[in-house]
Amino acid sequence: MAEDGTALLQLRSLTVSYGSAAREVRAVNSLDLELRERECLGVVGESGSGKTQLLLALLGLGGAAARLSGSIRYRGEELLGATPARLQALRGRRIAMVFQEPMSTLNPYLTIATQLTEGARRHLRLGRRAARSRAAELLAMVQIDAAEERLRQYPHELSGGMRQRVMIAMALMCDPEILLLDEPTTALDVTVQAQVLELLRAVRARTGVAIIFVTHDLGALAAMADRVAVMYAGRLIEQAPARRLYQTPCHPYTAGLLRSLPRLDLPVPARLPSIPGQPPDLAELAPGCAFAPRCPLVHERCSTRPELRVLPAARSVACHFEGEAAQIAEAWA
Amino acid sequence: MRASGGAAPLLEVRNLRVHYGGGATAQSQRRAAAVDGISFTLTAGASLGLVGESGSGKSSIARALLRLIPATGAALFQGRDLLAIRGEELRAAREHLQIVFQDPQGALDPRMNVARLVAEPLLEFRPAAANQHREWVTQMLARVGIGTELLGRYPHQLSGGQAQRVGLARALILRPRLLICDEPVAALDVSIRSQIANLLRELRDELGLSLLFIAHDLATVRFLCDRVLVIYHGQTMEMAARDALYEQPRHPYTQALLAANPIPDPTRGAPRAPAPAATLVSGVAAGGCVFQGRCPRAVVRCTHEAPLLRELGGHLVSCHRADE
Repeated sequence: MAEDGTALLQLRSLTVSYGSAAREVRAVNSLDLELRERECLGVVGESGSGKTQLLLALLGLGGAAARLSGSIRYRGEELLGATPARLQALRGRRIAMVFQEPMSTLNPYLTIATQLTEGARRHLRLGRRAARSRAAELLAMVQIDAAEERLRQYPHELSGGMRQRVMIAMALMCDPEILLLDEPTTALDVTVQAQVLELLRAVRARTGVAIIFVTHDLGALAAMADRVAVMYAGRLIEQAPARRLYQTPCHPYTAGLLRSLPRLDLPVPARLPSIPGQPPDLAELAPGCAFAPRCPLVHERCSTRPELRVLPAARSVACHFEGEAAQIAEAWA
Repeated sequence: MRASGGAAPLLEVRNLRVHYGGGATAQSQRRAAAVDGISFTLTAGASLGLVGESGSGKSSIARALLRLIPATGAALFQGRDLLAIRGEELRAAREHLQIVFQDPQGALDPRMNVARLVAEPLLEFRPAAANQHREWVTQMLARVGIGTELLGRYPHQLSGGQAQRVGLARALILRPRLLICDEPVAALDVSIRSQIANLLRELRDELGLSLLFIAHDLATVRFLCDRVLVIYHGQTMEMAARDALYEQPRHPYTQALLAANPIPDPTRGAPRAPAPAATLVSGVAAGGCVFQGRCPRAVVRCTHEAPLLRELGGHLVSCHRADE
């Protein structure tokens, strides 16, 4: 992939592994990925794909048991092996995260005001009053009315959708350059989901923050992402500009995933197309392509693992099959 | 629709009400109602989708029918009122009325292996045929796609999809007439959801099951159900046959739910968000429509006069402006 001068984040051969050398599990495996200025990068994967471990690694929050190798560069600065103090200075300030479950991420004993202002007071050295008025400003931006009243409340007094808005406001308090979203819409009702997506688009337009949006929900992602990376069993298996990925998926897994979604805009099928089998157990990965056991195009050559190939139109795919996207669609039919 | 004309309904729910907490006055009781006068019928072999946001009361309906929470009204199942029967009659009704839950792992006893989990209802209801249990269990598990190699596994050793298949085998081993599904695919991986939805549809047709399918995912409901009831604040907003509801939704709430549904195609534009519930004005207590605070079509009348459920072009709809 071409070096991009404006890459905010650049990952090279990023590997996150757990367990002993004899029984090593690679949650993230040799990942190359970039996030550019003002971009929204979607990362799609199911359980065990490594998408959440990727976000935690970016924040230096993988835990003591995680072994990281490769490279994570933020504006050229290597973050792998950076001091805890340096990481802490970046976390919440330059790189902020919104977790999936707002109820378990917010502290039930502290008011919304205390939790919202904590980061700004530490990172920006704002006084209590200044931090509070910044918090009120952000609550208004995420469309929570009666901000002053909300600031005095505790998390349990807010609805699920409102808590997720508070989490987004909290992540934006220090005006970060990068926003990491871990399934921000998954636990929400479809109506609230649409509101949160609308809000995130407005936040992007207003602040220019770059976003990594991790999700298994290809529907929600379609409305947000400029570019999409698909992960399977810890590896990047396809990436492309969003429109191209949805229109002509080049990896059989991406194609299968898109086809398996029940859709309101198409006639009701007699059977939903589906991918057989289940995502693999990372501790028991066979050599070769991890998707081969579920793939309709599986071939002898798939017993060796396909490298990521660069395709025209800013795409890449890790699959031996070099035919047309239409042939992949046909294989699933 | 496969509903056979004139057949007596398998399940007839009349004016079902569930209250949590509650208060001393009729007014505050009304506000605390999770289910506020829901009625519907389900004929043998038919499937009804119950759709609404969290807090709409859709899961409370399932819990009330299973007698897990107290409720008033009537729920006639094979001629007996599920809300009134007790003892042996209730036990007998439960043989024909089973449920599959959202969290497949959490719904299975962690101390039982797969074979035992699926055999347990047989021990309770078919003790005389003990020598055939093993065969029935293996057959049912094979039907839901679980091989004999998993018989000795415990719930924590199963994937989400496997656990949901086991839950389904356990629910179906007694050949019930009615299967209640409470968000059965919501917690599963995307590639597994369509597998389970297909399996449910096949089993429904093979076993002649009636389904009461509770979900917030309108696309899955459309795939599995022939009729849909849209619920908000414990009340029916709209009920109609599948195609009528999806192609020509009459109630603004149904329209809002459909518009908010994301389509996995970046060229189709973003899902449209309805007004948030947070801006709900207190029209409920004043006797108005429960949806008027979020409704884009609300007029003054909606704030003080609750619309009655009425028939309109094959839809049952609760909206003053549905025919405009």
